[in-house]
Amino acid sequence: MNIWLNFLIDSLAFGATFIYGSTGEILTEKAGHLNLGIPGIMCMGGAGGVMMLNLIGKSSLPPVLIVVLGILSALLMSGLMGLIYSFMTVTLRANQNVTGLALTTFGVGLMKVIMSKMNATVYLVGPKMLYRWPFAYRQDSLQCLGVLFFLAIVVAIAASWVLFRTKVGLHLRAVGENPATADAVGINVNRYKYAATIIGSSIAGLGGFYYIIDYMASQEAYLSLEAFGWLSIALVIFALWRPHMTIIGSTVFGFLFSCSSYITNIDWIHVTMATKPLLKMLPYVVTVLVLIISSIRNKRENQPPSSLGLSYFREDR
Amino acid sequence: MSLHHASEVREPLMHLSKRSAIHPAKAWAIRLAAIVLGLAVCGLVAFLLIEKIQEKPEKIWDFYNAFIKGSFSTSRKFWKFLKNLAILLGIALALTPAFRMRFWNTGAEGQTLMGVLGAIAVDFYWGEALPEPLLLALMLLAALLCGGIWALIPALCKAKWNTNETLFTLMMNYVATFVVSYFLVIWVPNGSSSLPKMKTGKLPSVGGNDYLLIILVVLILTVGLYIYLNYSKHGYEINVVGESVRTAQYVGINVRKVIIRTMLLSGMLCGLTGYLIAAGLDQTVTTNSVGGQGFTAIMVSWLGKFNPLAMIVTSGLIQLLNQGAAQISQDFNVSGALPDVITGIILFFIIGSEFFINYQIHFRGGKHAVQAGGEAVK
Repeated sequence: MNIWLNFLIDSLAFGATFIYGSTGEILTEKAGHLNLGIPGIMCMGGAGGVMMLNLIGKSSLPPVLIVVLGILSALLMSGLMGLIYSFMTVTLRANQNVTGLALTTFGVGLMKVIMSKMNATVYLVGPKMLYRWPFAYRQDSLQCLGVLFFLAIVVAIAASWVLFRTKVGLHLRAVGENPATADAVGINVNRYKYAATIIGSSIAGLGGFYYIIDYMASQEAYLSLEAFGWLSIALVIFALWRPHMTIIGSTVFGFLFSCSSYITNIDWIHVTMATKPLLKMLPYVVTVLVLIISSIRNKRENQPPSSLGLSYFREDR
Repeated sequence: MSLHHASEVREPLMHLSKRSAIHPAKAWAIRLAAIVLGLAVCGLVAFLLIEKIQEKPEKIWDFYNAFIKGSFSTSRKFWKFLKNLAILLGIALALTPAFRMRFWNTGAEGQTLMGVLGAIAVDFYWGEALPEPLLLALMLLAALLCGGIWALIPALCKAKWNTNETLFTLMMNYVATFVVSYFLVIWVPNGSSSLPKMKTGKLPSVGGNDYLLIILVVLILTVGLYIYLNYSKHGYEINVVGESVRTAQYVGINVRKVIIRTMLLSGMLCGLTGYLIAAGLDQTVTTNSVGGQGFTAIMVSWLGKFNPLAMIVTSGLIQLLNQGAAQISQDFNVSGALPDVITGIILFFIIGSEFFINYQIHFRGGKHAVQAGGEAVK
């Protein structure tokens, strides 16, 4: 296959990790909660799915059931993490940054402990081929475009549709912009905050699962997962809080991130080793620029939700 | 219409109200109870994760003992405890002025790392050529400058365009990481990207102990910052901007100036801690020189209620947990990630306990409920 096409598909496949991560984060942020626990949640989602596959990876269950059970287990585990986060920040009104950071510390640590006990010959070797359907036997980067990749695209578009085209989405955005006003018109603020955070976390968890079981598909994949959780939070800004934009954004991020390893394979471009870190820095620099430019232009629809980071207590004035 | 039904509406099971004041002893009792509860949950988790405890449940006492053993069993461990406490406290102190202003600086990791890089860069290029005292002074200057610049960029954008500072400073952490790896590639030609320890630019040891100077510097910084924040005009301005930007504007405080000045201070103090890491401890720089302490410091500062003196206790607590948990993973031969799990659990409980300090819960039918209801009617 053409090296450029291969590169593009690889960027797409890599990007699916971020599509899940940042779609989840967008839902949470739209409810007014800056969830810095996303890296930990993605890790635990991965661990949850792997734990299930470690049980059933070599069983004689039908392949579809194995795939679905793995996904459900990942959803459940990361949803539980989201529940912890929302209980702390919504019900107990704890500081969101602090809670999120503690959740990341906890989640990343717990995932590492769990993953060190798992058996890769059970959870990875067989199930990998099932998740990579329909391109499992390709040798090029097309092999990574499996079930979870297509699910990512569907989830991102569906999330956008719900957020911007339905009443539920309108209510959710109202909660994130001004919870007191939303409360006054009869929206159950806490219920929306809980639902958005838990669903968002579950979605983000799938990103971790996809990264471990499909994109990297290696025993050591879990060690590098945390960094991509942070990159997912960056992508939210890049996508200007629109889930469908994460599909484009994540491809760009994947492109920038993996071009440092591709570019050395091309004869007519000469790069030194020193260029690699600069290329890897690009996604973050671009994110910062997007953040600055959108704040200069100050267009309302491109701003972070205005009550982002603040907890809501009805009796506060 | 709602008036007619008012008497029929059942009072909710629980009702919350904000406490106006709480006795400090009671507040600390709540926090202590939270830590004890957290430790109990840690024990449960340890039972689930560590096979050795499953085999012999009485080993659970060794588990709890390790928290003491990790920091206090030998004098070497105790000094290490004090040193780590000082570094963590240094970063947390740096964050505090910004936090008091409600400027959520999540970029301490990057600001400190840039401080380390700045100091080491001076050492790398002029280490041989300059006399040691001058070199140390120049390294300090470079560290302050680098840390300051890294904080100044988001501060300028915040002041001018109201750019979201939490996200901006968060991103700057990663930019800093890759700046460091860029310089490592340039400085280390063999491609290993690990810079050998510098032979020059080392802080002298005071009283025969390598760590004492660092500890003293941070101690002075703690007291200095306490005075600055509580008894100076600058400190007052920071508090007013934090409480309400509108009030600050009304009384004639130049909010932009305060934001920029305070963030510059915050970044420079991060740079100072970076200098202590570079010149006092590591003598080199890696992408992991700060090792996530920039994030932990956020929790230290917040748990200490942005009070420099209280932060000595909170950073000590976190350090105690860290070293204790490291001792556990050594004693019980489990994954090196266990400390993070334990720290995370305890943090959840401490963070959660703040709720019970700030709010009072009234149950339906209780004496308090009637009183609270009465007050609401008035």
